[in-house]
Amino acid sequence: MTDARRETTRRIVLAILAHLALLLAWYLFVALGNVPKFVMPSPVDTLNALLQPNYSWWTNISVTATEIFGGYFLALVVGVALALLFSWSKALEAFFMPLLVSLNMIPKVALGPLIIVWFKYGVFPNTLMAFSICVFPILLTTARGLREVEPELLDLVNALKGSRWQLFTKIQLPGALPYIFSGMKVAAILAVAGAIVGEFLGSDKGLGYLMLQVQVTLDTPAMFMAVILITLLGMLLYGMVLGLEKLLVVKDARVS
Amino acid sequence: MLVSPEPFIRLRGVSKTYRLGKKAHLAVSDATFDVMPGELVSLVGPSGCGKSTLLKILAGLHPHDGGELKMGSATHSFDPARDVGMVFQAPLLLKWRRILENVLLPAEILGLDMKEAEGRARELLKLVGLAGYEEKYPYELSGGMQQRAAIARSLVHDPKLVLMDEPFGALDALTREKMNLELLRIWKEAGKTIVFVTHGISEAVFLGSRVVVLTAGPARMADNFEIDLPHPRTLDIKTHEHFGEYTRRIYKLLGME
Repeated sequence: MTDARRETTRRIVLAILAHLALLLAWYLFVALGNVPKFVMPSPVDTLNALLQPNYSWWTNISVTATEIFGGYFLALVVGVALALLFSWSKALEAFFMPLLVSLNMIPKVALGPLIIVWFKYGVFPNTLMAFSICVFPILLTTARGLREVEPELLDLVNALKGSRWQLFTKIQLPGALPYIFSGMKVAAILAVAGAIVGEFLGSDKGLGYLMLQVQVTLDTPAMFMAVILITLLGMLLYGMVLGLEKLLVVKDARVS
Repeated sequence: MLVSPEPFIRLRGVSKTYRLGKKAHLAVSDATFDVMPGELVSLVGPSGCGKSTLLKILAGLHPHDGGELKMGSATHSFDPARDVGMVFQAPLLLKWRRILENVLLPAEILGLDMKEAEGRARELLKLVGLAGYEEKYPYELSGGMQQRAAIARSLVHDPKLVLMDEPFGALDALTREKMNLELLRIWKEAGKTIVFVTHGISEAVFLGSRVVVLTAGPARMADNFEIDLPHPRTLDIKTHEHFGEYTRRIYKLLGME
């Protein structure tokens, strides 16, 4: 085993240990401190919440997952497409980019009540919520990545009488890929928040909706479980993005 | 059979003015010199003397707006797209491509036969001393090695003319000396016409079979002379008495004596 490999293994083991330590601390805190269950349930109580059939966990998980992944994917397609459009037309970029930067300043959460007025409540408006919060970081970083072409590289292509399309496919787009991924990583975290806020504001399904329901009955273990499941969904999305980045972007070119 | 050769590049009073709003900036004025086929010509001068602009004119990137420029001759034809190779101060390798793929870029853009080009690329990587690095990524190579790869890239489509814009300017002094020797060897083996822009006076004399001196403000051509030093050149040549005379001549022209 090389030193680099050993270092990686060491890091992974430490990461797992840190998570287990947190679980243990949680368990001990509740057990030794005699904390009431409705304030803080033990890990076992939390896990037991999954056995409550009337919480229809599976439906709620799939609804929230649909909103997160759907909104995220939509934002990826729209964000990258708009950025590509701007990279082809300077006039379009000059007109729309400042506008988009301004729109980005809107706290997307504040749009929630409006979205409900326009689209009622349900999966679609919550997907839209996740979308609206994700699209800007993806669009802005992609546009920036497409703009960052070294002028001398442009000279190199032009001296060979290369076409605009060749410049785009061979230099601009692969060069922008690390930027796209940096936007995608930021958006992955935001997508989860967007979907959950949407569910808080108005919905009849989903983990955020479930949290509001069990809050009324003070079923704290179920709330804990919901938070954990939401976090896991976020980790799944983030992990997929990281994996894809590892596959597509050369180590040195990655933007953190 | 001694035929008096025709110049490969012929410049007569070539000038270039940039307009920035109402201000006109004379970047190159009255550039008059010839480049013979297979010659290595150094363009030397201080920063802002228009030597990079001149190179871009030769590359066909900017049109000149005065004078006469003729590329190619009856014996040596010149295709403006296929016959120019370029090397810049930065290696400008694409980070996401392996070294071999980087070298192949011009062949891809020109739509050449890729199988043939790959064979050439491997040969060239050998020529520049990078055999065994074909599958590495740029970040795995030192600055000097990256610049060697950039030189291989400039040769992959077999251009007749290679334009180099201070290619060793970003390297440390020792690597630079080494690269100078390497360049002379590559030039001899590849048999290309090279125009080499530098602000290093000793580098210009060491490499050039001819030196064209440009001065700044107002940008103009100050001198153009042959370097009569034997080939193959080694670092010893820098102690040659003529070497000192040539460098002194340039220093004087640039007002440093």
